[in-house]
Amino acid sequence: MEIDYCAELEKDVRFTEGLKACLQCGICCAICPAAEFYNYDPRTIVTTVQQGDNHQIEELLKSETIWYCGQCMSCKTRCPRGNTPGFVIQALRKLSQQYGFFTQSEKGRQQYAIKKTVGENVLNKGYCVHPDLVAYDMHPEQGPIWDWVQQNKEAVYERLGANLNKEGVGALRKIHKKNLDELAAIFEVTGGSRLYEIIEEESEKQAQRMQLGFSKTADNEYFNHVYTYNSNTHFES
Amino acid sequence: MKPIDSETKHTWNVYQKDIANDNFYYARSCIRQNFFPASEHMFLHILRNVLGKHVYDDPNHTTCTGIGYHSDIVPFETIQTVVARHFSLMTEAGLENIAISCVTSFGIYTEILDTWHHFPEQLEQTREFLYKATKREFNLPKTIAHTSDIIYKFRHEIAEKSTYSLVNIETGNPLQAVEHIGCHYAKMFPNKGIGGAEFPQVLSGMIQAWGGNVVDYPERRHCCGFGFRNYLVQANRGYSISNTQKKLESMKPYNPDFILTNCPGCAMFIDKWQYTISEMEGKTYDAHGYGIPVLTYEELAGLVLGINPWDLGLQIHQIQSDRLLQKIGIPYDSTMKYTDSKGNALPKPNVPTYILQ
Repeated sequence: MEIDYCAELEKDVRFTEGLKACLQCGICCAICPAAEFYNYDPRTIVTTVQQGDNHQIEELLKSETIWYCGQCMSCKTRCPRGNTPGFVIQALRKLSQQYGFFTQSEKGRQQYAIKKTVGENVLNKGYCVHPDLVAYDMHPEQGPIWDWVQQNKEAVYERLGANLNKEGVGALRKIHKKNLDELAAIFEVTGGSRLYEIIEEESEKQAQRMQLGFSKTADNEYFNHVYTYNSNTHFES
Repeated sequence: MKPIDSETKHTWNVYQKDIANDNFYYARSCIRQNFFPASEHMFLHILRNVLGKHVYDDPNHTTCTGIGYHSDIVPFETIQTVVARHFSLMTEAGLENIAISCVTSFGIYTEILDTWHHFPEQLEQTREFLYKATKREFNLPKTIAHTSDIIYKFRHEIAEKSTYSLVNIETGNPLQAVEHIGCHYAKMFPNKGIGGAEFPQVLSGMIQAWGGNVVDYPERRHCCGFGFRNYLVQANRGYSISNTQKKLESMKPYNPDFILTNCPGCAMFIDKWQYTISEMEGKTYDAHGYGIPVLTYEELAGLVLGINPWDLGLQIHQIQSDRLLQKIGIPYDSTMKYTDSKGNALPKPNVPTYILQ
């Protein structure tokens, strides 16, 4: 049976808040940082969704274009009708992952890299970002000063009043197991764990299609590919 | 170019918000704990020891999952429930004013409270989810403030206790500052930010109260370029650096002495991308090759209060602040810059190819 994507989108409160009625003025495109540097046009996306053509919406869910937005939400401030294309994007990305379409685009496949890094960090450490995650070889743009912080981690964080990986209060303290257990339980009850599973399952299928190595840990060929590959077809030349 | 004095613009006085006077529950920031740990430390020091306020720093607080949410790997239902758990911890501590260190988190808290206002069934569902997962219950906060709101509220008290002002000691002129407000501070919910999205006063108010002048540059409201997935994935970082470069190009003609930000990511990106641009193009954004220092509001408050710059963590920025310290007339000991907490010297960091240190 054909999925009614409009009905699915309507279930997401961000979609109902994000799209009232677009008048196609294009202000969102003028202000959008993604539109400036990608072949990206939030107005076109909103038009497609507003027209309600199920086939076209499915094509959007499989496309590169829904993955360009950086969710700065500058569009919310500017829209004269009070729409938020950024909220519409969030609702579309949710469906793209729910139905496994995200692996059909280069940018969509990157969800796997984000899940393996930020996603697992949340549940394993209780932080989205942690010094152990921001390895210098994966973040050369952080410069020699970050390399120095990483090389002298214990001393530098102590010097600056942090409490790295230790019990008690303070920055970067060790998050106690009871708190990690509560986070895990919240993910289980609210669908967060299921989304992680979908990203893993669909990514493994895609790795097989692309004949790239895949494993439970992030140290695999598919991860390295989606984390670093850029076809350079996303910008105006 | 002639700086525009934003003090004269009456439009900057709109959108005032209610900020509690005391008794805060502190919600820490993932990015700031990593890249600006001393700023969070200084926020607590300034509130507790300089202003005499009560702030509860809770070991049970965790990430809000906001970076995961805005890169779409964390469902809305999940983040609503994680935030509800934070409210439960706040309730448990007997507090009702939440002080949020991260602009992404601040945007999320405001979005969730707005959602619960317009869709009460979402609030009920969240209460059920939280109870089922943790047996916890919660009250809604009476006030929510970003920590820059709180420093802004007490900016005149800080000025009264200050040792230094933002004046060039050689010329006697106010330092020229540019500011960058994190997008999620007020672009989504303008009535939750001081001055709204169009004329936010939260940082300019501090700069002016402490003696500096604010320069209104054309791309002042442009995003720093974090873009969540556009930085998290290495293949996408061209988006991030391109947006930061757009801002830097826009502010360069005004020769700013420093950049002040209130967002964890923005502070980090505007600092670090200056390094990357210099390595890629041999270009720096000040006239002398040092780059433009990027400060957090706690770092700036700490400087005017006379706190040791190395206790503020200025040494872990890629763009070093030595020349700014010299302009203000703040004495510092270079030999103590790269030391541990006992003053023992650590190996020095490598130096960039182009940016002078």
